[in-house]
Amino acid sequence: MAKRKERIDRGIKVRSEDIFALLSWKEMLYLAFPRLIPIVGLLIAPLFLNIYWQRVLISVCVFSLLAISWDILAQSGMISLGQSLFFGIGAYISGVLNHYFHISPYITICLATLLGALLCTLLLLPVLRLRGIYFSMVTLVIPLMLVRIIEATKIFGGTEGLSGLDSFGSPWIEVYMIVVILLICLFGFRRMMDSDYGLVLRAINDDDRSVINAGINIYLFKSQALFISGAIGAFTGAFVTHVYMFVGMPVFALDYSILPIAAAVVGGPGNLAGATFGAFILVPLSELLRGIGGLRIVLYGIFLVVFIVALPEGIFHFIKRKYFQFERWVEV
Amino acid sequence: MLLTSIIYGFVNSIILSLIALGFNLTFGISGVANFAYGALYILAGFLCWIFFNTIGLPYVLAILFSVFLTAISGLLLYHLVLLRIRGMVLAEVIATFAIGISVLELFKYFGFIGFEYSLPVFIDKSIDIGNVTIDMQRVLIVISGLILAILLWIFTHHTRLGLRFRGIAQNERTALSLGINSDLVASLSVSLGAALAAIAAIVILPLGTITVESGYDVLINALAVCIVGGLGSTGGVIFASFLIGYAESFTAYYLESHWVMVVPLVAILSILVIKPSGLFGVHKELEERI
Repeated sequence: MAKRKERIDRGIKVRSEDIFALLSWKEMLYLAFPRLIPIVGLLIAPLFLNIYWQRVLISVCVFSLLAISWDILAQSGMISLGQSLFFGIGAYISGVLNHYFHISPYITICLATLLGALLCTLLLLPVLRLRGIYFSMVTLVIPLMLVRIIEATKIFGGTEGLSGLDSFGSPWIEVYMIVVILLICLFGFRRMMDSDYGLVLRAINDDDRSVINAGINIYLFKSQALFISGAIGAFTGAFVTHVYMFVGMPVFALDYSILPIAAAVVGGPGNLAGATFGAFILVPLSELLRGIGGLRIVLYGIFLVVFIVALPEGIFHFIKRKYFQFERWVEV
Repeated sequence: MLLTSIIYGFVNSIILSLIALGFNLTFGISGVANFAYGALYILAGFLCWIFFNTIGLPYVLAILFSVFLTAISGLLLYHLVLLRIRGMVLAEVIATFAIGISVLELFKYFGFIGFEYSLPVFIDKSIDIGNVTIDMQRVLIVISGLILAILLWIFTHHTRLGLRFRGIAQNERTALSLGINSDLVASLSVSLGAALAAIAAIVILPLGTITVESGYDVLINALAVCIVGGLGSTGGVIFASFLIGYAESFTAYYLESHWVMVVPLVAILSILVIKPSGLFGVHKELEERI
C-alpha cells in the first residue's frame, strides 16, 4: 500500500493565529517563544562570555546584519554577489572621516551609514533597469575594482590602510550596540517586509512586469530597497572599522561577500530570521575551525552548493515547519 | 610610442576576446552564467603545470590533457550541480560563484603561489614589426584567437551539433519538440565553454605567472566584454573586446598604467546607462530590460 506524508497545522497554531491568542498563557507563550529566544538570548549572552567569545558574538552579529541586508535585496529580486561593496564603502567613509577630520565614532557611524547607502545606491542605479544576472555581475565586479583602484592610486592609505582610529572605549558598548541594532533590524525589517511596502518589493521579485502593470514605479522601490540594504551594510562596515580601529583593503575581501550569502542560503532565504540563523551557525563554526585558515572560504562555498542543490529551503524553514505542523503517514 | 600601443592593444584585444568567448558561448546557448569561469581558466593552467612539471609529460600532451580534463570538469559541473537547479537564475549564479571561489581558494590553500608557477612559452623568439619588437607568444595568441573564432563560427553554423546548439539558444522548447536533447546540448555547451577557457589559459598564461588572483581578473574581463558586447552575441564579444582592449592600451599610453583596471568597470557602467542590452544584444532587449 502506497503511503504519503501528510502535514497538518498543530491545533495550538490555529488557536493562536488571531485575537484568540489572548485566550490563554499557553497560546501566548507559543507565539512569543520563538521571538523571545533571540531577544533574551542575545541580551543575556554577553554577560556570560569572555572577551574572546564576545568578539565572536560581535562578528556573528556583523555577519547576521550583512546577511539581512543581502536578503532584503534578494527578496526584492536583486541577487548581490558583492555585499563587501556596502561593507567596504561604509568602512572607508567612517575611517576617512575619523582619520582626517577626527570626528567622533558615534557621528562617523551615522554619517557613514547614510552617505554609504547613498553612494552604493548611486553606483548601482544604472544596473537597476536590468533584470537577472546583470545586477549580480556588476556587484561582483565593483568591489574587486575598488580594491585595485585603492591599490593603484594609493588613496586613503593605499595598501597599508588607515590604522589607529578611535574605538568606542568599552567592549560592553561595542557588544550591546551591535546586538541592539541587530535586534532592531531583524524585527523591524521583518515587519517591513510583511507590510504593504514589503509586499510590493516581494512582488517585484515574483513578477516585475505585473507590478509595472499595476502602475507602480518599480525603479523607485528597487532603489529604496537598495538604499535600505546599503545602509545596513555600510553601518556594519563603519562599526567594524571602529571595533578593529583599522580600515584597509581587506574590507572589500571576499569573506564579506560570500559569508552573508552562505548564511542566508543555509539559514533559509526569503526570511530575514533565516539569514540571521544561518550566520549564527556558520560564524561560530568557522571560529571553531580557525585552524584551517584559508579553507574557510572553501568550506562556505561547499556549504552553499550543497544547500542550494539539496536543501534550497534552508534550515530555518525546516524548523519552522516542525514547530507549526505535525506530520503523519496516510494511505493513498 | 603610438605604434607600440596600437600593436599591443591589438594583442590585448585578442586576449580579451579569447577569454570572453567561452563564457559567452555557455551563456548564449544554455543561459547559464558560469561564474566558475575564472576558476576553470586557472584550473587548466595549474593542471598543465602539474602534468608538465610534476609528472613530466611532454608539453603537447600536458596541454591536451589539461584541456580535456577542464572540459570534463565543465561537464561534471553541469551534471552534478547545474542540472538540478537549471532555470533558477539565483541558484545558478550563487552555485557557480561558490564553486569558482572554492576552487580558487583551494589552490591558494595548497600553496600554488609563486614565480615558479609559470608555463613555458611555445617558441622563444621575437619578431619586429616596423620598429616594435613583439615576442612570438603574442603572435601565437593572435593567430590562435583568430583561428578559434573562425572555427567556432564554422562549428555553430555548419555542423549538426553546432546547429543544435543554436536551436537550443533560440528556443529550447521548440528544439525539444524537434528531438534535440536539450540537457545534453546544454551540458556540452558548458563543457565546450570550459574547454575554451582552458585553451585561452594555455595560450595566454605563458606571458606571466599563474596566480589565483588572475582567476578573478579573467572573470571580470569576461563579464565586462560580454556585457559591453551584449550577452550571447559572438560578433558583439569580438567588437567589444577590441573596444575595451584598445581603450585599455591607450589609457596606459596617455594616462598611467594603474588606471587600466578602471577601464572595464567604466565600460560596464557606461554601457548599462546608454544601452543596457549591450552593443549587439538587440533581440533580447525586452527580456533583459524590464
